[in-house]
Amino acid sequence: MDEKFDAIVIGAGPSGNAAAYTMAKAGLKVLQIERGEYPGSKNVQGAILYSKALEEIIPDFRDDAPLERHLIEQQMWVLDDESYIGTTFRSAEFNQQPYNRYTIIRAQFDKWFSKRVQAAGALLVCETTVSNLIMDGKRVIGVQTDREGGAVYADIVVLADGVNSLLAKKAGFHAELEPKDVALAVKEIHFLPEETIQSRFNIGEGEGVVIEMAGKITQGMMGTGFLYTNKDSLTIGVGCMLSDFKQQKITPYMLLEQMKAHPAIKPLLAGGEMKEYTAHLIPEGGYKAMPQLYGEGWMIVGDAGMFVNAVHREGSNLAMTTGRYAAETVIALKEKQLPMTAANLAIYQGRLEDSFVMKDMKKYKNMPEIFHNNNHFFTTYPELLNRAAHTMLTVDGVDKKTKEREIRKSFKQRRSLFGLMGDAYKMWRAFE
Amino acid sequence: MSEATEQEPPKKPAGRRKFELDPRLASYKGVWVFVEHERGVAHPVSWELMGEGRKLADTLGVPLAGVVMGAPGIQARRFCEDAFHYGADLCYLMEDPVMADYRNQPFTKGLTDLVNAYQPEILLLGATTLGRDLAGSVATTLQTGLTADCTELNIDLENRSLAATRPTFGGSLLCTIVTLNYRPQMATVRPRVMSMPKKDDTRSGSIIEHSLGMIETDIVTKVLEYIPDNLQGKPQLPFADIIVSGGRGMKRPENFQLIWDLAKVLGAEVGATRPVVQAGWVELDRQVGQSGKTVRPKLYIAAGISGAIQHRVGMDASDVIIAINSDPNAPIFDFATYGIVGNAMTILPALTDAFRQQLATAKVAV
Amino acid sequence: MHIVVCIKQVPDSAQIRVHPVTNTIMRQGVPAIVNPYDLFSLEAALRLKDEYGARVTVLCMGPPQAEAALRKAISFGADDAILVTDRAFAGSDTLATSFALASAIRKIQEDMPVDIVFAGKQTIDGDTAQVGPGIAKRLDLQLLTYVSSIVDLDLDKREITLHRRAEGGVQVLQTRLPCLITMLEGTNEMRFATMPNMFRAARYPLKQWDKDAAGIEDVSKIGLKGSPTIVSKVFAPQAKSQRAEIIDCESKEPKDLAVTLLTKMFTKYPNLPEEIAKVNA
Ligand SMILES: Cc1cc2nc3c(=O)[nH]c(=O)nc-3n(C[C@H](O)[C@H](O)[C@H](O)COP(=O)(O)OP(=O)(O)OC[C@H]3O[C@@H](n4cnc5c(N)ncnc54)[C@H](O)[C@@H]3O)c2cc1C
Ligand SMILES: Cc1cc2nc3c(=O)[nH]c(=O)nc-3n(C[C@H](O)[C@H](O)[C@H](O)COP(=O)(O)OP(=O)(O)OC[C@H]3O[C@@H](n4cnc5c(N)ncnc54)[C@H](O)[C@@H]3O)c2cc1C
Ligand SMILES: Nc1ncnc2c1ncn2[C@@H]1O[C@H](COP(=O)(O)O)[C@@H](O)[C@H]1O
Repeated sequence: MDEKFDAIVIGAGPSGNAAAYTMAKAGLKVLQIERGEYPGSKNVQGAILYSKALEEIIPDFRDDAPLERHLIEQQMWVLDDESYIGTTFRSAEFNQQPYNRYTIIRAQFDKWFSKRVQAAGALLVCETTVSNLIMDGKRVIGVQTDREGGAVYADIVVLADGVNSLLAKKAGFHAELEPKDVALAVKEIHFLPEETIQSRFNIGEGEGVVIEMAGKITQGMMGTGFLYTNKDSLTIGVGCMLSDFKQQKITPYMLLEQMKAHPAIKPLLAGGEMKEYTAHLIPEGGYKAMPQLYGEGWMIVGDAGMFVNAVHREGSNLAMTTGRYAAETVIALKEKQLPMTAANLAIYQGRLEDSFVMKDMKKYKNMPEIFHNNNHFFTTYPELLNRAAHTMLTVDGVDKKTKEREIRKSFKQRRSLFGLMGDAYKMWRAFE
Repeated sequence: MSEATEQEPPKKPAGRRKFELDPRLASYKGVWVFVEHERGVAHPVSWELMGEGRKLADTLGVPLAGVVMGAPGIQARRFCEDAFHYGADLCYLMEDPVMADYRNQPFTKGLTDLVNAYQPEILLLGATTLGRDLAGSVATTLQTGLTADCTELNIDLENRSLAATRPTFGGSLLCTIVTLNYRPQMATVRPRVMSMPKKDDTRSGSIIEHSLGMIETDIVTKVLEYIPDNLQGKPQLPFADIIVSGGRGMKRPENFQLIWDLAKVLGAEVGATRPVVQAGWVELDRQVGQSGKTVRPKLYIAAGISGAIQHRVGMDASDVIIAINSDPNAPIFDFATYGIVGNAMTILPALTDAFRQQLATAKVAV
Repeated sequence: MHIVVCIKQVPDSAQIRVHPVTNTIMRQGVPAIVNPYDLFSLEAALRLKDEYGARVTVLCMGPPQAEAALRKAISFGADDAILVTDRAFAGSDTLATSFALASAIRKIQEDMPVDIVFAGKQTIDGDTAQVGPGIAKRLDLQLLTYVSSIVDLDLDKREITLHRRAEGGVQVLQTRLPCLITMLEGTNEMRFATMPNMFRAARYPLKQWDKDAAGIEDVSKIGLKGSPTIVSKVFAPQAKSQRAEIIDCESKEPKDLAVTLLTKMFTKYPNLPEEIAKVNA
């Protein structure tokens, strides 16, 4: 078949959907190819949706998008083996519309998004895997799929195929991912009645809580855990760097099992039925691990381009924003009837640099290394913090001053003052 | 079954409502069992149903009848005799040369005519390829309800209706279905789900003959040939008295030899769970369970089988179940007779030896 | 030749979970698929199309989402797809379903006479195997269930020869068109859709018929009203009260465990050794 499209988008995750929607809406002839059975079928996960990025694309998304709960409270826990110390931020402002953050179930959200994409006029083909990019010299002119008669052509190919983009690798746009640049996250969804969730987390109908966790739950590995409240389920998961898993010889599954057994977490899940278990990679290499993002006839968006802010657990918003920028780049060139050459597509890079996307990516560029080279963040500190809290809060006749001294001593014993200062400084530098 | 389970539950819970049977249907009386036979042999499911039908008829206080349809001859009458021995009070016999082989058209007409003429309130058939083919078209012709693949049949005494229970939603749940204001109430039951009743050779009954009223040229479909299955070497699970089954816990196809070894010593059939069949370790005919065979042997040995509901429904009517599983919490221990918590790879050979010795001493004793 | 294939969209029962407390089905996230048994019939139809030339129309009754099932059929190579959808059908059992489908097929006939109707052997949700025979009766088609292979089709004589699975063997049957066939599972394998057909499926303007369009005037024959069978209760299978007697012995050696088991078992079931000996002989 010699059908030619203005653009082919590979992948129907948030980035691919954003790109396909934006281009189709502008009247371009768009083909979107997804290897899953339906969009979201490979992405069955509870997650946080940041409204802003989606609003830019579909302003009225709140009308019919499958949103679970809007978040009114954020907790941060640092866990020891038996305890946790943490902060809670809850604000009535979060309860004012339009809400800023929601929990979503990706399988349903992606499906909804895709319906909008199709309504905008893009042609979606599922259960079809793009096996290769078709090249004319250095230029990408189409894609080869795994089906009979499966070559399709387009002026531009947008790679939105997620973390571990095999296509980008095959085409040489992207080096092999290194285990130190990707996290492996596992998670489960546990079903609980809506009312149980609301009373357990002290929230009303439609309101949600997020708990971010760090500390000994990752057993010294670089990573974090999380718990989200959905409408009638909880998403619980943990992610650590692939390189750490390799080294520590702990399976992600075991890690999650131990985490669920933590005395602070277990009662939150009690009585729930585990529905599904999924594992997924997250590209966390940050700015330094980013590939070339465009070239002759192609662009990379979303996870495929390492657009993830691991510290703030942002990914889908970057995916949608990069997808939109890529699409707007194509639309602008089409309007001016300019070819999709690397030189012309450089607009895309420019848009990224000018926006929060690259600014954030750059800001946190040193984070991965700092955490990597210092596992005290995941072992020693949580223990010390928890012990300190325990010491202070136990009323046992010892005066507070002595307690403080003991705490200081224990900190110094476990980690030299110099080391402590150094870590603090590095953290500050990384966040700054 | 009704789609109601899938959408919303029916508005009125039918079982509870006070119910008046349409007076036109009041004349429908008695329980019928269709006696299925092929090539001169009655299908055992017919007698299993006869046993079940007996209970229903007794509860209702009505007669139990067998329905025998086939080519004229001594054979058909012999099936009637058997029906009496297994519990029937009477038999409806329809003989015609066009019914020598099963074909949908004459059998549908024949059974429909019989129902219209003698008006039973309940009609049971085996859920076999023949029974399902016939039941589906007879129910449509009679415009009545049919519940397929039942696992339990009861009478709801409050309104004298048949409460037929069957698995639904991939076997994860059971549902009970009633056909209140239609007669007859039809149901099919899979072979081996019901137990075989005791045969009583002294019983007899009356035969009511009825003619079909069709000639060969009326019938569009012709049987050109019948190719009997070559049963040699083919597994005959449903009627085996001893079955040794293996599940995914056997880990590797090579290990399945341990199952075969024990089966050989016992003269048993080999069964398996669905994952094992799907992995190609044994042939499809050996699958026990909801989408495989229903079995009810005297002894069922399950090694490395978790006891998922879809497997269980196919075998939990076995007299004695021995389960070998390394996980003390495996669901199979919830319904097995004996359990050994341990590694099947070491337990099976030991069990094989123990049975071999026991058999040897038994022989000496004789 | 015109072939109609009836397909149903069903929840993938392998992924259905029952809520442990409420005993209700947890449908959330359970994907809907084309009833797997229907694919054997659809593939058989497509093979007839390949060999003899035919128009293949797929027909489905179900909620609007069922369109996905029909598109899938188009992607495999079906020519036309009709979704019969109406709130009035809710609660239909097999008798009411076969009534609705038979009416729709009569409507399809108005456009082009139908020679063969295919249905699945059974569904994985209803699992009754009744709808196919029901349609055949209502349309007065020759009924051929559990077909393992279609041997020959003579379009001039309008004769078809096929193998039908019987309990103890295979019947070789010959009959006349029009007929209704249900295929046995495992008798063929669904093809992999081509890219052009994927495009066609994505773009295909699906026909949606409500009850009027499907030619149904008598609403007492459809939906809950038209369904003789009533689900009076749905419940989880009861656990047997008896738990297995766990065999144990001091040494925990497999050999001793096995001997302990046999001793216990033969004491409690004294007839068993004889039964085993009988089978063994
Ligand atoms: C455990 C976990 C928790 C997360 N939590 C959050 C969160 O709370 N908030 C947040 O914003 N982000 C979160 N993220 C990150 C977020 O999920 C990703 O950044 C986002 O999904 C990236 O979108 P994408 O479209 O680039 O890639 P994806 O969503 O991965 O989509 C890629 C698509 O391409 C398809 N595809 C791949 N290869 C091919 C091929 N060859 N041919 C055809 N199709 C192909 C895939 O099937 C897939 O559908 C989380 C990630 C994980 C793993
Ligand atoms: C619609 C539908 C129909 C189905 N129909 C059927 C059917 O007809 N028949 C059927 O069987 N299934 C059927 N299934 C599948 C069924 O749900 C289960 O998945 C299946 O029965 C599990 O098979 P298993 O016990 O072999 O495997 P698992 O469930 O994986 O169990 C393996 C067991 O082996 C144990 N084990 C592991 N290692 C050892 C060892 N070394 N020694 C001893 N024990 C060990 C484990 O503890 C575990 O309990 C159906 C499912 C669906 C959805
Ligand atoms: N709603 C429906 N729409 C189309 N075909 C159906 C429908 N229900 C049943 N069928 C057909 O009838 C066959 C048998 O279904 P069942 O009697 O429910 O087991 C199915 O395999 C389908 O081919």
